[in-house]
Amino acid sequence: MDRSDIGKSAWAAIGISGVLFAAIMGILLVTRWGMNWLAAVTLAIPLSAVAQGMAWSARFTCRGNPLVRRDAWRTVLTHLVAAAVSGYLWVGIGRMEAAWIDSGLGITGTYKRFLALQTHLYGVGISYYLLGVAFHYMLFAQRASQEAQERALESSVRAREAELSALKAQINPHFLYNSLNSISALTSIDPARAREMCVSLADFLRLTLGMGEKAVIPLREEVSLLEKYCAIEKVRFGERLNVQEEIQEEAKECLLPPLLLQPLFENAVVHGIAQMPEGGWIRLRAVRNGGRMSLTVENSWDPEAGSSRKNGVGLRNVQRRLEARYGNEGQLHASAEDEVFRVSLSFPAETEKTT
Amino acid sequence: MNGGKRKWKALIVDDEELARKLLREMLSSHPEIEIAAECGNGMEAVKAAGEHKPDLLFLDVQMPKLTGFDVLELVDRSGVATIFVTAFDQYAMKAFDVHAVDYLLKPFSRERFEAALERAKTQEGRKQVDAAELAAASRPAGQYAERIVVKDGTKVSLIAVNKLDYAEALDDYVSLVSEGKKHLKQQTISGLELALDPAQFVRIHRSYIVNLERVARIEPYGKDSKVAILASGARLPVSRAGYARLKTLLEEKQ
Repeated sequence: MDRSDIGKSAWAAIGISGVLFAAIMGILLVTRWGMNWLAAVTLAIPLSAVAQGMAWSARFTCRGNPLVRRDAWRTVLTHLVAAAVSGYLWVGIGRMEAAWIDSGLGITGTYKRFLALQTHLYGVGISYYLLGVAFHYMLFAQRASQEAQERALESSVRAREAELSALKAQINPHFLYNSLNSISALTSIDPARAREMCVSLADFLRLTLGMGEKAVIPLREEVSLLEKYCAIEKVRFGERLNVQEEIQEEAKECLLPPLLLQPLFENAVVHGIAQMPEGGWIRLRAVRNGGRMSLTVENSWDPEAGSSRKNGVGLRNVQRRLEARYGNEGQLHASAEDEVFRVSLSFPAETEKTT
Repeated sequence: MNGGKRKWKALIVDDEELARKLLREMLSSHPEIEIAAECGNGMEAVKAAGEHKPDLLFLDVQMPKLTGFDVLELVDRSGVATIFVTAFDQYAMKAFDVHAVDYLLKPFSRERFEAALERAKTQEGRKQVDAAELAAASRPAGQYAERIVVKDGTKVSLIAVNKLDYAEALDDYVSLVSEGKKHLKQQTISGLELALDPAQFVRIHRSYIVNLERVARIEPYGKDSKVAILASGARLPVSRAGYARLKTLLEEKQ
């Protein structure tokens, strides 16, 4: 919220309240206090302008003292002092003006009349300033809630987007066609294994499609999906693919967005294992450390393979999904050192019972 | 061709064992085809092609280290009919279609396999597609080679394009200079130019492509021409058209 916010509508509001203020004050001065109408107008217009400026200046004391319980007394005191000072200055200006109308315009008696209603005017000045304070606090609150709404909307859109692209990425055409080719080969070489692979593939697809609808799943479910995925890839890659799991017992029930790890495994296969003639390994580690979950997916990797399609998209997707669910509490760190590619995820540990 | 039925020597190249077995099985009903070797990666394929001089090459596209396209660039292809075998890859498929190269999409049917085999047999002697052009066509628009494959004798090396200083045309070969070493590759300089990122590599002369990052300065040479001096001290001739290209590129970079 800075100065550039003072838009057209704010100027219009100031203008309208300025005119109203001047009109009401002028009428009251003439009817209630018997002032000459020319003197009343000459007095009311500039005083109204000053009052609008004063009320607007409340914006800065408001901004300096946001409404929080911690400093309530200080805030109230600040505004009261500012209101008193403003009221005093405002009346002072009015008095100077009235004196000028008396001597300069020659409408005698204005100054005397002004002094008579001075106490009322103090009240008006102070009240008007406080009205400004209330107005600005309301404006700030409205803007804050608008911003919060926008943020919430944005994050839900982002979560939906991430979900969609994750699902799309899930059924990777390469993976499907290669698996089908393996089945095609197995039908004559080893029919029993061909059937096994059909079942694995069907299980994998069923799990994947079912998971997409849930917001979170326990880690053990994601792990069983990963095991299915690896079983299928193992038929393709044979000895070239080695998978290790180190999953702490307490971590198994922790919740995470579904299909969060699967893209990381797929990256490890496509960019790691498939690029190495001798093959390599993938290792999953899951540890619950008090309130945090940390997951690590590592794979052997050939820095010189220079796989043309980089890990970028898949990783960014995982990161966005973490952000969508956990905000700043979800972290992803990817590194490539020596011949190991490592992705570490960390986010708040939740289980069915705590949520 | 010895009178009766001709014998064909085939090479199967795929990094997946099952995929190789499948091809072997489909070929088993073709006694006229002898499988000379099965290769699990591109390096083996290049070596086996040199040893066995096959007539028929079944070539997977996505393989570790060397892709199918790389293999094709490195083997002597005279008299070799190539059938690419690949899973889904939209860019590779587009390249095959454009250059009318035969390919099998995994998984494929027996009929499709027989048709591809028949075509390959009759295609013999037809004009060969330039391997570099095919590789360039298989890359998405705006994406260029990250490395160049070369074969020095029997040894295959990969040169990262960032480490390439310049290339010089020598008859049917290009000489690639990288990290103080020269590598010869059987390729046209225009074919090489296609593979390289035009924002980094400039054809400064009919016979020279230079890595812009290696150019230290340009000096006039003789009346009309110029010479580019590289950080390594090498001096390369710059033609008038080459100088214009170089200038526009340098101005764009600023």
